Amino acid sequence: MTKKKSLLNDQRFIALIIAILLMVIYFVFSKEFRKYSSILSMLDFSYYDMLMGFGVTFPLITAGVDLSIGTGMVCYALVGGTLVRNNNIPVAVAMLICILMGVAIGLLNGILIGVMGLAPFIATLSTCMITRGIGSMCNATPWPTLQQPGGWFHSIFKLTFGSGRGAFKFPIGFFLMLVLMCVMEFVLNHTKFGRYTIAIGSNREATALSGINVKFYHVMVYVVCGFFTGLAAIAYAAVTPTVQPGTGAGLEMDAIGGVFVGGVSATGGYGSIIGTFIGVMIICLLKTGLPYIGLQANWQQIITGVVLIVAVLIDIIKKRRAAAV
Amino acid sequence: MGEVILTMKGIDKSFPGVHALDHVDLEVRAGEVHALMGENGAGKSTLMKVLTGIYKKDSGTITYFGKEVEFHNTREAQDAGVVIVHQELNMVGDLTVAQNIFIGREPKKGIRIDDKKMIEDSKKLFERLKIDINPREKMKNLTVGKQQMCEIAKAISHDCKLIIFDEPSAALTEKEIDDLFKIIRDLRAQNMGIIYISHRMDEIKVITDRVTVMRDGGYVGTLITKDSTKEDIINMMVGRVIYEDPKTHSMCPPDAPVVLKVEHLNAGHMVQDVSFELHKGEILGFSGLMGAGRTETARAIFGADPKQSGKISIMGKDGQLHEVTINNPQDAVKAGIGYLSEDRRRFGVVVQKSIIENSTLACLDDFANGPFINKAKEKKETERLIKELATKTPSADQLVMNLSGGNQQKVVIAKWLIRNSDILIFDEPTRGIDVGAKNEIYKLMNKLASEGKSIIMISSEMTEILRMSDRIVVMCEGKKTGEIRIEEATQENIMDKATRNIN
Repeated sequence: MTKKKSLLNDQRFIALIIAILLMVIYFVFSKEFRKYSSILSMLDFSYYDMLMGFGVTFPLITAGVDLSIGTGMVCYALVGGTLVRNNNIPVAVAMLICILMGVAIGLLNGILIGVMGLAPFIATLSTCMITRGIGSMCNATPWPTLQQPGGWFHSIFKLTFGSGRGAFKFPIGFFLMLVLMCVMEFVLNHTKFGRYTIAIGSNREATALSGINVKFYHVMVYVVCGFFTGLAAIAYAAVTPTVQPGTGAGLEMDAIGGVFVGGVSATGGYGSIIGTFIGVMIICLLKTGLPYIGLQANWQQIITGVVLIVAVLIDIIKKRRAAAV
Repeated sequence: MGEVILTMKGIDKSFPGVHALDHVDLEVRAGEVHALMGENGAGKSTLMKVLTGIYKKDSGTITYFGKEVEFHNTREAQDAGVVIVHQELNMVGDLTVAQNIFIGREPKKGIRIDDKKMIEDSKKLFERLKIDINPREKMKNLTVGKQQMCEIAKAISHDCKLIIFDEPSAALTEKEIDDLFKIIRDLRAQNMGIIYISHRMDEIKVITDRVTVMRDGGYVGTLITKDSTKEDIINMMVGRVIYEDPKTHSMCPPDAPVVLKVEHLNAGHMVQDVSFELHKGEILGFSGLMGAGRTETARAIFGADPKQSGKISIMGKDGQLHEVTINNPQDAVKAGIGYLSEDRRRFGVVVQKSIIENSTLACLDDFANGPFINKAKEKKETERLIKELATKTPSADQLVMNLSGGNQQKVVIAKWLIRNSDILIFDEPTRGIDVGAKNEIYKLMNKLASEGKSIIMISSEMTEILRMSDRIVVMCEGKKTGEIRIEEATQENIMDKATRNIN
């Protein structure tokens, strides 16, 4: 391979084109979609997927996975909400609890996988079940809504100016995501943690024999993922009227799918947060956008599945080409 | 030698940007062992892939038993009696020997696989090869040598007339190589044509009848083995003269201080009560047969495998020996040890990553301010090492998988030099590296030693041991069986110690 890097060779570029294409189609064919409020609501429901996506990118780069993020997210949101309602703790504390629980489950995942040597699939499948169980013990919980005191926490993701029908809403969350994307892209490419994450995904044994504490960094990969799941729990609580116990299974798949669409190698060793951002955006466009152009929600799953296959195929074909040179 | 069974004439093959084969000729007769030699990248494998239908040739003719042929895949080649025994064994570890040999063409009884017949047929094959392997054994329980025998059994079960060995001896012990040669001679006596690809000059002299040499994708010439010398062949391969003289005396001053002292090291059954000393600026060769426990000793010292007992002392900054505790590779690296694995692709380099990322992997701390990496500094230091080691690459950003074996090895060396490791353990430093690059690695090791680095070199090649070592430790079956100064070392007394525990 030469230094020449064609844009078309970069899966992120292809993903970006697909995302733009989807938007154009929606814009052209749906009057409804062109409304500001539609875009706003689509963005609302993208934040938690995005945050989970940022987090799970790291395990996926190490050729692992974290299946516990979906149920984990709902579980932390439920616990936080229950504490706010029943124990009257401040919302800010509840948010902190979400993050801490995420980190704790991430640590558990990390130790099971990085230190004990469990397969990531099995370890996180177990914690997926555990977090779902914990979540089921809580009652359906609405986090404080806008009208109630403590509603400030919604404006983390959406600023509201004015009131009533004339209120103008600004999707500040989207810009938060952009900032986080830049930060995590930097972490991945310019810090030791990022470098070692990639090295572990590429060749764990060679990395260990270079004298690096791979166990520590392998655990940290899942801790970071857990941290972002905690953030996702906050975003989820902020947009969901009532968090339902026993739900959350399957939500991780949107995030993981998005990461793969964004170009993370399914065999580990390569990934990018910018790619994840675009990939999750595509998933969200498919998830919330298809009804606007008259396709039933069922189609969303099918089309998402097809997009995922295409994305992974691109990865495989690229590798084959590289190997053939 | 009998009739000509295969003639390849004017074979030409290009890949985008590479002229891989430039009008290459090859002729193989029945009942001959024909060596195909050349440095890595000379086009040997490509030529064999063209022959067996993996690649399609651009031009040229292949004549097989008087008829012009073109195989479109390995299956067609197999059916015509042309089979290849690969360097990497293509065996399914969890299946039995018989199941492996007949995989894809299992004998059937109704809809059921006829296991009885399969095992009977396997037994017949082994009888024909005069080897003793139980067809019911799981493949993974066999030694590499035995696995190779199974691969050969599989090849001859195709009723083959032309059999290609692609570096068959790379992973074998001397004893296994002897067995292999016995089989090859038998096959030759059965009037088969045999193409033998190898880097090992000694073997070529022993086993082959003719040698065809390739260089840079072109045909250089064909020699009759018994009428030519080692130097003739090497000169044809590299186009330059190489001296493989053994070292006559130690380059290490007799009063050099001890930098590493290992006492009574025990680790599993492959390392039993091993003690030795390594001096500053010394190249200490570790000789022995495959499975002697040399790599295991190195891995135990490096903390890659657990050890049961033993004391390791390393010279500190004060010039005194201090006992160190090494529980994992991190401890070893901190103590100043660098390990260059025999299996580079698995343990040495991260192939999908750039030279820079590989070079600084062991000491990112030196290139980081807190958690942040200083990429400019990384690049500068890597480029300095590329220059110093004469690594052939268009840039420091090149992915390691695009480098040749010799240059990959240099990247690993760079990694430990940047880490400033004083004790370097080279495990089979030139395995899979071609003759020209080998010499560069040797020169580099000598230079490092003269600059005061201390080197442990594990090698299965006698010529390499005799050429590089200042002192030689010989191991056999997990025990140290001797220590020889280079002045007294001969092939015979090393081999004597290396086989001391056997029988």
